[in-house]
Amino acid sequence: MKLLRTTVLVIAMCLANLSLADLAVGGQLQPKLDIGKGGQCVEDPKFMRLNHMRLIIHQRDETVRRGIRGSKYSLAGCIDCHASTKNNSVLGSNENFCQGCHAYAAIRIDCFECHSSKRKIAPASASTEVSK
Amino acid sequence: MSKVDLNRRNFLAKTSVALGGLVIAPGLMLFDFAHAKQPGEAASSSVRWGMLIDTNQCHDGCNECVSACSKENGWPEAKSPTDVQWIRKVELRQISTGRQTSLPMMCQHCAQPPCVDVCPTAASFKRADGIVLVDKHRCIGCRYCMMACPYKARSFVHEPVLDHDSDMPRGQGTVESCTMCVHRVDRGQQPACVEACAKAGHRVILFGDLNDPNSDISTRIRSVASTQLRADLGLDPGISFVGL
Repeated sequence: MKLLRTTVLVIAMCLANLSLADLAVGGQLQPKLDIGKGGQCVEDPKFMRLNHMRLIIHQRDETVRRGIRGSKYSLAGCIDCHASTKNNSVLGSNENFCQGCHAYAAIRIDCFECHSSKRKIAPASASTEVSK
Repeated sequence: MSKVDLNRRNFLAKTSVALGGLVIAPGLMLFDFAHAKQPGEAASSSVRWGMLIDTNQCHDGCNECVSACSKENGWPEAKSPTDVQWIRKVELRQISTGRQTSLPMMCQHCAQPPCVDVCPTAASFKRADGIVLVDKHRCIGCRYCMMACPYKARSFVHEPVLDHDSDMPRGQGTVESCTMCVHRVDRGQQPACVEACAKAGHRVILFGDLNDPNSDISTRIRSVASTQLRADLGLDPGISFVGL
């Protein structure tokens, strides 16, 4: 009985420590992202965090099926601004823009099964060795 | 001759010289001005893109169109028959006469495409301007379209694609075929195979708007005998051949 009580106490302390630690670094819980070139986004970042997938899914049908190009919203646009300056991609590590946030939110990205995750023309500083 | 008539004649002469200048300007430029879509503009059904392939000009052993396709759409050049090829060179030999013909073969961009008819998810579709495409967002990889196509123009992506081209998304588990370089056409450029063929000095493939009676392709189709492949099927392919 004494052993059980100690075990429960230890587990409780561990949990408490964990949450305390979390609280202590509260600000850093968000993913640390390499935003690439960054700059002014097409919409407010808060809006984009919640709605980027809706904008892209609408645009993909417009472009593929009706041939409408040059919209303000496009996956190519996302990549152009947010591909890392290091590997020219939005994927590669949990610091890369798309992968980092999606890993944090535990949501699989299907886009890059078919689409390139890189800018077509890499900036001189970026290495293009990383696959995808 | 009255004064009015003289003026009219002068006017016509001047106008025709001016128009002549426009026509003599490089064909590519004319095409650019006429057909580059504006941002936000949808593909229009007033246009029907097509090709005329002059097999008399096509050289046996020349592979420029096939290499240009792989380079443009982002895969290494095909080494085995099962490698990716949206366009391939076909060598024909008539048994009775021994006459040999060489020609490029790809999706025929039919006006009545059977691949579109059979697709259970409407992934296979024809754009307003006649280009037949696969919407890979909807394709479930059933390969029904591959069976329906009498030209065997479509293929299935079995392997994961690792190094895509930004302009041409391709993915494992979907069907694909020649897109008539839709991304280039929308920018007002010619498909990569057409450009490569012209660059190699062969000018086998003529690309243009079949709906425009004044386009180079329409003019040529009116003046030379051309055939569509398996015209008996009534699919009205957008690609015609000279010298078959």
